[in-house]
Amino acid sequence: MRKWTPYLLLLPTFIIIVLFIYVPAEYSIKASMQRILPFGKGTTYIGFTNFLKIFSNADYLYSVKFTILYVAITVAAAIFFSFLIAMLLVKKIPGVKLFRTLIFVPYAISPAIAGALWTFLLNPIVGHVSYFFQACFGLQIEWLTSKPYALYAVVFASVWKTLPFNMIFYIASIQDVPEEILESATIEGANAFTKTWKIIFPLVSPITFYLVIMNIVAMMFSSFAIIDVMTKGGPGQYTTNMIYRLYLDAFYFQKAGIASAQSVILMAIMIVVTLIYFIFGQRKVHYQ
Amino acid sequence: MKISTQKRTDMIISEVILIIVSLIFILPLILALTMSIQPPDAVFSFPPKILPQGFNINNYITAFQRVPFFRLFLNSTIIAVLVTVGKLATGTLAGYAYANFNFFGKSFSFAFLFATLFLPAEIIMIVPLFSLMVKFGWVNTYWALIVPFMASATNTFLLRQHFMTIPKELEDSAKIDGAGPMDYFLKILLPLSKSMIVGVSIINFIYAWNLYLWPLIITMEDKMKTVQVGIKMLIDSEAASDWGVIMAGTVSAVLPTLIVFFVLQSIFVKSLTRTGIKG
Repeated sequence: MRKWTPYLLLLPTFIIIVLFIYVPAEYSIKASMQRILPFGKGTTYIGFTNFLKIFSNADYLYSVKFTILYVAITVAAAIFFSFLIAMLLVKKIPGVKLFRTLIFVPYAISPAIAGALWTFLLNPIVGHVSYFFQACFGLQIEWLTSKPYALYAVVFASVWKTLPFNMIFYIASIQDVPEEILESATIEGANAFTKTWKIIFPLVSPITFYLVIMNIVAMMFSSFAIIDVMTKGGPGQYTTNMIYRLYLDAFYFQKAGIASAQSVILMAIMIVVTLIYFIFGQRKVHYQ
Repeated sequence: MKISTQKRTDMIISEVILIIVSLIFILPLILALTMSIQPPDAVFSFPPKILPQGFNINNYITAFQRVPFFRLFLNSTIIAVLVTVGKLATGTLAGYAYANFNFFGKSFSFAFLFATLFLPAEIIMIVPLFSLMVKFGWVNTYWALIVPFMASATNTFLLRQHFMTIPKELEDSAKIDGAGPMDYFLKILLPLSKSMIVGVSIINFIYAWNLYLWPLIITMEDKMKTVQVGIKMLIDSEAASDWGVIMAGTVSAVLPTLIVFFVLQSIFVKSLTRTGIKG
């Protein structure tokens, strides 16, 4: 009996994982090499035609370019600012616990609601942020419907939503930096800048590496809700990233084969990210 | 003397920066709340108001009429609760298997599970999972909104990690007392893991409540949609410029996760410290 216990314990988890993750993933790979005929008339095998088609499609290539730009800016900003804020939040200053709680709040807010909040704040008529820019810089901006401001808007909302998650990890790992190292650096005349960037930042690099990977994944995929609520990929297709493109091709244009090929490309990207994580991450990450 | 004044200015600068940063992170919610209770004439006041000019509940009433918010809340609650419960059931069982048993295929099955971490749900959802739901006849049902999310790798790992910290001697002495594996699991392991279970539940509840893409594509009728999609419905509805109403909906939608976050966060911390004291 005891011999079979672990298998029974694992059964529910594996039924769900296989049925709702692996079976669909396999279906995507198969469908990416098929033409799916309308009205359920079946499918024909067409090899890599779908892939060739999307790589010569300007809209798709644009979404790839936009994804790279958007992910690079948001991840860099989310990492940089969360580290700086965490550096302040480990100091012994009054109210630091309250500050931590307040800054952590967006973690509990969904991307869709984050999108709704910033759509409101950036609204040219009723939005406070929009008013702030007008009052301080005399700028009257249609944030969500003009270039390049729509990019800034989705980037800002994304960083606002992601930064708290990073911050919690940074606070924990900065607090783990041994006091003696910082003391001896002070004795040797290191200033705050040197201590921050030459000592602490390199020491927390394993966590930075982990966060960069997590943020890339979040920005490539969970950004869907922010973009759908704020810009719907517009103006035109200006803020259409790869996941939004996939959604449009699958549900608006009903191109199942093309959409499957896009899913397979996204899976391939994830495999590369995973390999990078394991090849470079395992070496650096210290398990405690 | 000089050092202490320098330290003091350093502290004041940090304090000021932190106040500004905290405001950036919390003000959107406060301004949304203000907007949601603003009387109609103050909604479009220029410059926009930071404090409410009165108390007006009508925006909430309108929001709940314009989209079927009561139904959406019910849906989101059913989904979030059942997903949380389901994930706890599958996750504690699987975590127990990995933490306390040795069996053939352990590391292989573990790697198989781990690999799913790198197949983001969004890729799976859009084409293939949707097609599968069509085959199952689950489109527009609670089944589709709940069952596929009842297990996850993260969930299993967190619980396994925690179970591994519980002393092996407890299991051994339970065995000597004649307790079967499920007795040990239900009567010793789970009660000792309360804090972790609360923590994992918070994460899973927030995750399920905040799902957006899946309910958006798998539900066809308004009565099957969730609160998250409701926000989008409000923004896209004909009276789109009625920001008092939209923010009333937004504030309502964010409330449950914020309550869970604040209330359970303290319980979570408390139970952690309590188990710490007990040693």
